[in-house]
Amino acid sequence: MPWRRVRLVERRSQTPSARSLVFAAPGWPGHLPGQHVDVRLTADDGYRAVRSYSLAAPADDESIELGVQTVPGGEVSPYLADDLPLGADVEVRGPLGNWFVWRTEQPEPVLLVAGGSGVVPLAAMIRAHHRTQSRSTFQLLYSVRTPDDVWYRDHLADGDPRHDVRIVYTREGPPAGARAPGRVGRSDLDGPASRLQPASPAYVCGPTGFVEAVGDLLTDMGRDPATIRTERFG
Amino acid sequence: MNSLSPGFRGRRRSLAERLPPGQYPTESFPVLSAGPTPRVSTEDWAFTVTTERGDTRTWTWEQMTALPQQGIVQDIHCVTRWSKFDTRWRGVPIDAFLEDVATDAGFAVVSSYGGYTSNMPLEDLLDGRAWIVHSYEGYPLSPEHGGPARLLVPHLYLWKSAKWVRGLRLAIEDEPGFWESIGYHSYGDPWREQRTWGD
Repeated sequence: MPWRRVRLVERRSQTPSARSLVFAAPGWPGHLPGQHVDVRLTADDGYRAVRSYSLAAPADDESIELGVQTVPGGEVSPYLADDLPLGADVEVRGPLGNWFVWRTEQPEPVLLVAGGSGVVPLAAMIRAHHRTQSRSTFQLLYSVRTPDDVWYRDHLADGDPRHDVRIVYTREGPPAGARAPGRVGRSDLDGPASRLQPASPAYVCGPTGFVEAVGDLLTDMGRDPATIRTERFG
Repeated sequence: MNSLSPGFRGRRRSLAERLPPGQYPTESFPVLSAGPTPRVSTEDWAFTVTTERGDTRTWTWEQMTALPQQGIVQDIHCVTRWSKFDTRWRGVPIDAFLEDVATDAGFAVVSSYGGYTSNMPLEDLLDGRAWIVHSYEGYPLSPEHGGPARLLVPHLYLWKSAKWVRGLRLAIEDEPGFWESIGYHSYGDPWREQRTWGD
């Protein structure tokens, strides 16, 4: 699989420490929602560093969108988030990962569970679904620390009647929030899970501890482990 | 054994020499799994070797831990680009499970609780190059890292080192496993960067 040069054409802040980066990618072969790419940076002395980033949107006119969460002290993410100039190039290799993907022909209702920046590949699925005529429904349960940590507010409030988005705050909720801040629990999953079919896939993405906890909850609720697809980081 | 400064290795090889191309070193131990972590108790755990003729031999947890144990110190390399140096494990070399097994197979498919599989040439599992491990850094292997026991084949990308290992099936022909059938390289040598199909 070749490395290809892509050019940064747009940078948007999602949260104080998270960015959407849009790259022009001539000849991009397309990808499935949920896939990721490797990004390679090269220093003046030839030193190279590679990290993986999830694709945040369906492929669009040979441009790709990545979601980057700054890791304090990180070798790559602070550079991508704030220092890579508009109009400059990086190299990417992909698309990668053919398991944590949603395909438009899948008929079943879908459960998405995101922790923090784990929302990135799930946002790609929601945005891809929004463009289709699919009659399947998407339930997104999205866990963030505070209201300032929510990515993709516009895309999550897309008005699509097939989409049900619930945001769970773990540290501090909005002033009028009905749910006390706290980690995702069984009571948060019961509602979305009740709208699933037995064969419905669940996509769970977030920090390792979060994915372990949600995977255990879903399994304890009787969901078939074979229908639960996970992606962990950190 | 020489008692004068035993174990001295001299100036450590540079980090760069130990790092396969395209990898970065990490102190953490990321978890990459395709699904939820299966919960397997040592009472329920068993490891079965199946030959190409369908003959089987099974070890319970008690039987496996009664086999001669080895301490293992190895560098590990994940296809998602991180490498981790000097990881310390304890377990049983695969040779011990195949000692009395008559086979003409050239390949093996390792299988896991939860349904995961991975394929590799049988010779890559022999001659002390692969183990069933049950301890990591002195502690029982945690479920998210494959406990109670996983395969360890450190000279191949880590997806080959199947977590929650339950069996090894010997085969005449190479058969792609879980990741190998959806885009990842059939062999997965980190030093040749065999990450995906066609590498």
